[in-house]
Amino acid sequence: MCLGIPGELVELADDDTDLATVSVAGVRRKVNVGLLADNEEKLAVGDWILIHVGFALAKIDEAEAAAALEMLHSMGPAYDQELEEFVASSTGREGL
Amino acid sequence: MKYVDEFRDGDTARAIGTRIAALAEPGRRYAFMEVCGGHTHTIYKHGLEDHLPESIRLVHGPGCPVCVLPMGRVDDAIAIARDPDVIMTAFGDMMRVPGSDGSFFDAKAEGADIRMVYSPLDALKIARANPERRVVFMAIGFETTTPSTAMTILRAAREGLENFSVFCNHVVVIPPMTAILDSPDLRLDGFIGPGHVSTIIGCEPYRFIAAERGKPLVVAGFEPLDILQSIHQLMVQLAEGRCEVENQYGRVVPWDGNRRALEVVDEVMELRDTFEWRGLGWIPESALQLREAYAAFDAERLFTIPGRRVADPKACQCGDVLQGALEPWECGVFGTACTPETPIGTCMVSSEGACAAYYNYGRFSRSRTRGATSLPDPVVVGR
Ligand code: SF4
Repeated sequence: MCLGIPGELVELADDDTDLATVSVAGVRRKVNVGLLADNEEKLAVGDWILIHVGFALAKIDEAEAAAALEMLHSMGPAYDQELEEFVASSTGREGL
Repeated sequence: MKYVDEFRDGDTARAIGTRIAALAEPGRRYAFMEVCGGHTHTIYKHGLEDHLPESIRLVHGPGCPVCVLPMGRVDDAIAIARDPDVIMTAFGDMMRVPGSDGSFFDAKAEGADIRMVYSPLDALKIARANPERRVVFMAIGFETTTPSTAMTILRAAREGLENFSVFCNHVVVIPPMTAILDSPDLRLDGFIGPGHVSTIIGCEPYRFIAAERGKPLVVAGFEPLDILQSIHQLMVQLAEGRCEVENQYGRVVPWDGNRRALEVVDEVMELRDTFEWRGLGWIPESALQLREAYAAFDAERLFTIPGRRVADPKACQCGDVLQGALEPWECGVFGTACTPETPIGTCMVSSEGACAAYYNYGRFSRSRTRGATSLPDPVVVGR
């Protein structure tokens, strides 16, 4: 559960739910970006973020995201489980 | 993916290993604690100890939130879950954690409505969909996870949801580190600081560990080379007689952390006077509870819980493993009675637990050369 998954922002949050759409390993889901609200630079489509239990924790650069993804893949079962749970998340699918 | 290659590169790892070895004073032994379970996982997975000189020992710390949960709290959660009005929701990692009378899985098999969720937001959604039931989220985790729970509570408050509550077991990382420094059995030379926790709290809170406790700390990323580099930074500090907090993971961890996340947590939660940690006992101000203002969302106030303190099973040596006093394979039941499928202790439950990581990727070469006395049968590698 402590793994962070990198995802690419494909659609910004458009209302006060803080839910933005990200693409993780080709799967589109909603995540809450409210914890990045104070980020000096605003979020933009194409940004990479580190996702943990459905929330974006930090903005990361693309190289970091690639490295993190690669490493997560190498973890095998632990990553598969995390990704499966992420994909199964009901919030992720339909929003709030 | 050049960046990745750089981080994977065996030559680079060997080169750092050589530089680390060159910094080691002859005859001196070094022990560094990696606090975070994610680091423990990387260390075993990639056999990082093979790149280090014999004189450097990596000690696994208490930074796996599932592993440090005491039996009594699991029992309390199960007591709540057994209420027929309740839907208990929890992260997948939580399901197998043994209490004194079974785990969530066992309680579920006996009829309790316990559902696995990926996010606290999923629990909130279940609450909206089931207005006639009381939905409780079993909240566990260090500073990385706490802001998510806090945000979810704020959301529930804004919506005026009356059937959602949180059983809060969030812990903070620095008090157990201090407790370990106070323990007479363990002499540490420095810390590999947790990466994702520091994304939230930043690097400042560790300063006293360097300034007052005289131990250098390097916040590290999760790639194998990140960890080797952070060990190198620790060795350079020791060689130069410095003792500071450094950030090796600057590409993700801002020095000041995530201010918004800290504000959200502070709005909803406050420190408990004391909290029990598996293996470490009661540690003052080491966990969080909901503030009075959010009492309506606090399962501890809404339900009657047994709150009994339960001693760990006799065979279980998780406490020693969590304090770095014992290597996972030195526990008498490791890999025999205690496996990830049938965990006796918590360190075998989560993939971030030292025992599970060792079980999955264990390497015995180093242990053997270190005069291990009680080697269990060879471990299945890369299961
Ligand atoms: S082998 Fe099992 S009982 Fe022993 S320390 Fe590890 S998790 Fe605990």
